Amino acid sequence: MEILGTVIGVAVKSLIFIVGMFLASAYLTLIERKFAGHVQQRPGPLHVGFHGILQPIADALKVLTKEDIVPANVDRVLFYMASLLAFVPVIMILAVIPFGEPFTVFGLEIKPYITDLNVGLILALAFGSISIYGVIFAGWASNSKYPMIGGLRKAAVLIGYEVALGFAMVGPLMMAGSFSLREIVAAQDGFFGAFIWYQPIAFIVILFAILAETGRTPFDVQEAEAELVSGYNTEYSGMKFGLFPLAEWYIGTFVLSAIAVILFFGGWKGPEIFGPLSPFVWFFLKVGMMFMFFLWVHWTLPRYRVDQITEIAWKVMLPLSLLNIFITAFIILIKG
Amino acid sequence: MAVKTNSGIILATVEEVLSWGRKNSLWPVSVGLACCAIEMMHTAASRFDTDRLGIIFRGSPRQSDVLIVAGTVVNKVAPMLKLIYDQMPEPKWVISMGGCASAGGPFPTYATLQGVDRIIPVDVYIPGCPPTPQALLWGILQLQKKIKEKKEGKEFKEIPIRVPTESKPIQK
Repeated sequence: MEILGTVIGVAVKSLIFIVGMFLASAYLTLIERKFAGHVQQRPGPLHVGFHGILQPIADALKVLTKEDIVPANVDRVLFYMASLLAFVPVIMILAVIPFGEPFTVFGLEIKPYITDLNVGLILALAFGSISIYGVIFAGWASNSKYPMIGGLRKAAVLIGYEVALGFAMVGPLMMAGSFSLREIVAAQDGFFGAFIWYQPIAFIVILFAILAETGRTPFDVQEAEAELVSGYNTEYSGMKFGLFPLAEWYIGTFVLSAIAVILFFGGWKGPEIFGPLSPFVWFFLKVGMMFMFFLWVHWTLPRYRVDQITEIAWKVMLPLSLLNIFITAFIILIKG
Repeated sequence: MAVKTNSGIILATVEEVLSWGRKNSLWPVSVGLACCAIEMMHTAASRFDTDRLGIIFRGSPRQSDVLIVAGTVVNKVAPMLKLIYDQMPEPKWVISMGGCASAGGPFPTYATLQGVDRIIPVDVYIPGCPPTPQALLWGILQLQKKIKEKKEGKEFKEIPIRVPTESKPIQK
């Protein structure tokens, strides 16, 4: 009976998480467009609903009812699989992200996370790596030159920065002594307990890695409009296309921002000034700030060349993250 | 919401909602042929900002709804333009921007297509040489009105025309 209760609880929670993330990512597109507009001194979506509040709904209606073209020369199995392979792993990362400590409502204990694994962070990294397949398959299956180039570029960038991202996460992990995201948050006490003060190098490496993983501007070579028509998703139309930017730009950035906040900014910890809701408010405030930071970078900077990007990944970011592991280990050894 | 007859209530309202979605999220292909394209870019940039109306330019025709034919369509580029139109998924619309695209403009010559409606069906014609950004916005608003009223596009009459597939030297 208890198992049944757990199964139902997890199913309901997963449903809430997935549906919530879908709606949130729809409105993240509006936030991005408004933000981009104001960065470029224009209002952004303005006339569809009050200040563009209905814009994501109009876009979703249009994209969902668009004709679904599958070109004659594509590899059908991979073509269909690619958009799902890009989207599903990214949303699966949500399974290990905690949004707060367990709390009690009307005598019912509610855990605001789906699972609390002791290998949570490794699972998140693994799912992140699987989503590379989506990009490579999309590029290959389209059987067209621009998607091919875009997919290969993205694969090169992702492989380089996955390594740096993994090694950079080791620093905070060594300080917390656990892979569980909840315990990492528990290890950070008070304002000066946040790992950002002790791991600045790892934080910088992770910032670069997240920008590269989610294809945001200094590293958005995979869909450089001027060179490749629309990158690896050029041949996709309708919602099969819609899943790619949704997964990469919005859910991916959101989820990785959440992981960065948990690793470096103490997750949901903060002064209890918002009453009982304060952990959630703090968590979403911090994640929102991180997300806005990535938007700010995206809409401000020009683009690197491909060779420069991979050069930065292998020659700068990887040695920096290894150096960070060495320094952290040394200090832990000395201080005990 | 339009409720016209008892039998068509649900269908009518769904159509209404869908056409509202389509009208508010028109994504044009970023294709420019001549000087009209400069005005088109100007319309998309900060001062006039088509993003206010939910219009963002997409690079790939597979992800676009509108083809703005901005500029002179010479016979040599006509097959490519037709190809781009064919690659777009339904429902799709065409805006013919400026005198050249609409009727050949100041080029009544052997090398210029006398109006893009000879090869693809056009929904809205915008006069001007080139039309100002305000005029392009007016055209887009006309198209939105048209989508909302679900009027059919201009009837496509194929006018026989010889579109050269290879270039030939000029004969004296």
